[in-house]
Amino acid sequence: MVTFLIIVAIALASLAVWQLLRVFEGTAKLKGGDSFVPTDAENKYQGRMMLLFMFGYFAFFAWLYVRYAPHFLPESASEHGLVLDQLLDFNFLIITVVFVITHVFLFYFAFKYTYSSDRKATFFTHSNKLELLWTTVPAVFLAVIIVYGLSAWMDITDEAPEGSLTIELYPKQFDWTARYSGSDSLLGASNYNMISGVNPLGVITNGSLTSKQQELTEEIAGLKEELETVPKGGLKEEEIIETIGKRERQLARVSSFEGLEAASLVAGDDDILVKTEFYLPVGESVEFIFRSRDVIHSAYMPHFRAQMNCVPGMTTSLNFISRKTTEEMREITDNPDFDYLLLCNKICGAAHYNMQMVIKVVEPEVYSKWITEQETFAESIQPADEEGMAEATNVTRNEISMIEQ
Amino acid sequence: MATAAEHNTDHHHEETFISKYIFSMDHKMISKQFLLTGMFMAVIGMIMSSLFRLQLGWQGESFWILNFFLGDKWAPDGILDPNMYLALVTIHGTIMVFFLLTGGLSGTFANLLIPLQIGARDMASGFINLLSYWFFLASSIVMIVSLFVETGPASGGWTVYPPLSALPQAMPGSGMGMTLWLVSMSLFVVSSLLGGLNYVVTVINLRTKGMTMTRLPLSVWALFITAVIGVLSFPVLFSAALLLIFDRMFGTSFYLSDIHVAGELLEQTGGSPILYEHLFWFLGHPEVYIVLLPALGITSEVIATNSRKPIFGYRAMIGSILAIAFLSFIVWGHHMFITGMNPLLGSVFTFTTLLIAIPSAVKAFNYITTLWKGNVRFTPAMLFSIGMVSTFISGGVTGIILADSALDINLHDTYFVVAHFHIVMGLSAVLAMFAGVYHWFPKMYGKMMNRKMGYAHFWVTFVCAYGVFFPQHFMGLAGVPRRYYTNSEFPLFDEFIGMNEMISVFAIVGALVQFIFIFNFFYSMFRGPKASQNPWGSNTLEWTTPVEHIHGNWPGALPTVHRWAYDYSKPGKEHDFVPQIVPLEEGELDGGAGH
Ligand code: HEM
Ligand SMILES: [Cu+2]
Ligand SMILES: [Cu+2]
Repeated sequence: MVTFLIIVAIALASLAVWQLLRVFEGTAKLKGGDSFVPTDAENKYQGRMMLLFMFGYFAFFAWLYVRYAPHFLPESASEHGLVLDQLLDFNFLIITVVFVITHVFLFYFAFKYTYSSDRKATFFTHSNKLELLWTTVPAVFLAVIIVYGLSAWMDITDEAPEGSLTIELYPKQFDWTARYSGSDSLLGASNYNMISGVNPLGVITNGSLTSKQQELTEEIAGLKEELETVPKGGLKEEEIIETIGKRERQLARVSSFEGLEAASLVAGDDDILVKTEFYLPVGESVEFIFRSRDVIHSAYMPHFRAQMNCVPGMTTSLNFISRKTTEEMREITDNPDFDYLLLCNKICGAAHYNMQMVIKVVEPEVYSKWITEQETFAESIQPADEEGMAEATNVTRNEISMIEQ
Repeated sequence: MATAAEHNTDHHHEETFISKYIFSMDHKMISKQFLLTGMFMAVIGMIMSSLFRLQLGWQGESFWILNFFLGDKWAPDGILDPNMYLALVTIHGTIMVFFLLTGGLSGTFANLLIPLQIGARDMASGFINLLSYWFFLASSIVMIVSLFVETGPASGGWTVYPPLSALPQAMPGSGMGMTLWLVSMSLFVVSSLLGGLNYVVTVINLRTKGMTMTRLPLSVWALFITAVIGVLSFPVLFSAALLLIFDRMFGTSFYLSDIHVAGELLEQTGGSPILYEHLFWFLGHPEVYIVLLPALGITSEVIATNSRKPIFGYRAMIGSILAIAFLSFIVWGHHMFITGMNPLLGSVFTFTTLLIAIPSAVKAFNYITTLWKGNVRFTPAMLFSIGMVSTFISGGVTGIILADSALDINLHDTYFVVAHFHIVMGLSAVLAMFAGVYHWFPKMYGKMMNRKMGYAHFWVTFVCAYGVFFPQHFMGLAGVPRRYYTNSEFPLFDEFIGMNEMISVFAIVGALVQFIFIFNFFYSMFRGPKASQNPWGSNTLEWTTPVEHIHGNWPGALPTVHRWAYDYSKPGKEHDFVPQIVPLEEGELDGGAGH
């Protein structure tokens, strides 16, 4: 019904305009003359509109600035961010000046040189001097911008200093896991073939290796049993045979990790995996390592002026030193609920908008206390009892439906 | 010239409706076909943007109109589904960038202007031209069909990065919808290549007597170089799409490695999604100039004609077009600063990207100087062109910020980027396309468009366009990521609720106003006053053809060109324009030849 009404309304409105036009046409004919080019009155009017628009545009800019600049990101929570913010201010200064000057000229000229039939435009085809001027002046400014910008860039992308805290941030649709290297300061090896319900990052340790092998062996056995029960030559049979093949190949790949050095097979045991929030000690250099389980995600930590894509099949990294604790930032922003956030900033699926983790920046003592309270990887894969074991395998099976939700 | 004269005399075969309007090989008709198809696609793209703006302005609220367009599946109870949100954003971007601003813009104006402005009877190959349109149409149809598949259209963003776009398990839109997207884009590439080759060959070979390269109007220069860029870069998109099709259908692993998705382990190893990004942006960045250069070409013509003044720095303008074209091939990495590329490589891309700002700046300054001491006549086309110069500057300057790899770390994929490219590319090209339609409508349809409606259309569009995109810079500076279905999951961006509402109001009003244009367009086509041969007092050759279209464009011999296209207000001349066909007087210097 509503649709119908709207269609009627549109039809009526078009009719009205149509009628209006016929009137226009009529009067144009009466007045006679060449109505193709704008009349003097129209030109004058439009020229004024140009000027008016210019003021309106600048006013809009100013209003937006006054209203929203206070809600830009607060002062940088990382050391390198301070440099970036300065660089940003410097670049903004330049482009704002260029923006304003060119717009003033553009709209003012449009207004000033509005058509008049008793004037002729100046025949001015080119001027090498002028053109040289506005090739070299931008070039000079750009040279400054390039040098300034690139020196900041090279600094920021420098390798992490020796002794940095290493944290892996591991995304999947649609959440993050953070992994700390634990007491040995070494992240254990990891591989996507090892992923299971209890081992979301596929960390390779002696414990996880055996349990993954066991899980796969059991699954293969189960599948083989099932194979006996399905009709021969059917689609179902084909499907099961294919799955068995896949699992066997996976098992072979997993088993090949037994060949890894003994040391790296224990490095993962003391790793610490956390979800929903992770802690950083203020003032210490942190190196972040990124992989991804499924699609490209991007680890975006706007308050630290830090971002890096997380790409399946490769590792990326970035490092920074935080300079304000969460508490301090709450005071600075005058917002007792303030928290630093890790967001996903590369389109990754339906819940891309809700892939976040809270970052708590705390004093080093608080950090040390927190980290010792966390469960290590070895503990987390230790089945507490029979029930725990059952749960663990269930998770694997149910993962599909979980993710779909 | 004898051959040409013979060629044209008996050129009036009887034409059926089908050969005249449907399978036409006449460049003027093909141009109109491109325009109408492009406009149709644009309306779809525009409706989509209004729909997702409803969601972004009033997040999570119910609108019956969402349900009306999308049905119970994608907008149950009038609340937009997150997957559909991504699909809308994706198809909106694809349609606007490729179908409106590449196919529609180049297809319309290259076809209309190249033969008419260089003094040719038609394109080099009418048949290839016809094919180019029909591939474009087929591609558009496939894209539209993809909107109706069960799992929804492609939804991985207009750049369709794998693995997201490669894995149906990762999102519903990566199923059948994505397959159709790839098919459609492959057809599109074929259309672009056929068209582009034709444009290039035509400009090189079919210029009339006296039409040297340095007498070509800048519109032809721009369309010509655009076609060259397209011919060199579109094949790369084609290969990117092809490899993606292989990964999706045949289990290859060009882009896939180490993936465990939706509980399933994939066996592909050794590929890299980054390879796709390189291939995509190797086209993707030139593509933005494929969109922009024709827009600049149109603007050059319209501004010179309506300032009654030569375009300032004609040769510098050509030089900048060439410089931009060259540089556009070596800057693509600025879309990938934070993919973990070697920082040194990032530096190189920062450097080349910032270089491109120089020719861009030269163009902007030259437009402004063209207005200076001009005699500016505000036709609707002129208003749109001035608007275009403004958006080109407003959006161009923020490119300088983004080109700085260090600054891009925190701005990449935020609304700042959305603001940048919508203003510099989207708005500039759309405004210029409107300018082109208003300016050349008399040539296309032999009728005049209504000026008053043109004024209304311009001002509301222009204000709304800035109203939509200018505030988005501020969101970006606050760190608001793009492609978020809602920001309500955390309080960080609550301050921007009001701004989002305002943007949506501007967007929807701006969309509605386009119906004034559409009305004006069709009304004028049938009932507009009959155009005169040269309504704007222009110098270029298209205004020497008869108002009624004929095959072969000129009834007699082809015109001979004696001067550049910009003798406006030349001292000592009776009128404030001197068409290119007017011979030079004794001792008169040709403006374009330089001094
Ligand atoms: C002064 C010249 C320009 C510079 C320095 C520049 C720089 C950049 C940079 C660095 C980016 C990447 C931002 C990011 O994703 O983080 C970008 C994005 C973009 N630019 Fe420009 N740009 C310029 C002019 C243009 C022009 C003239 C156009 C179009 C005609 C354009 C269209 C785009 C588009 C479409 C994107 C975004 C693509 C996407 O991520 O979806 N830019 N620009
Ligand atoms: Cu994500
Ligand atoms: Cu680019």
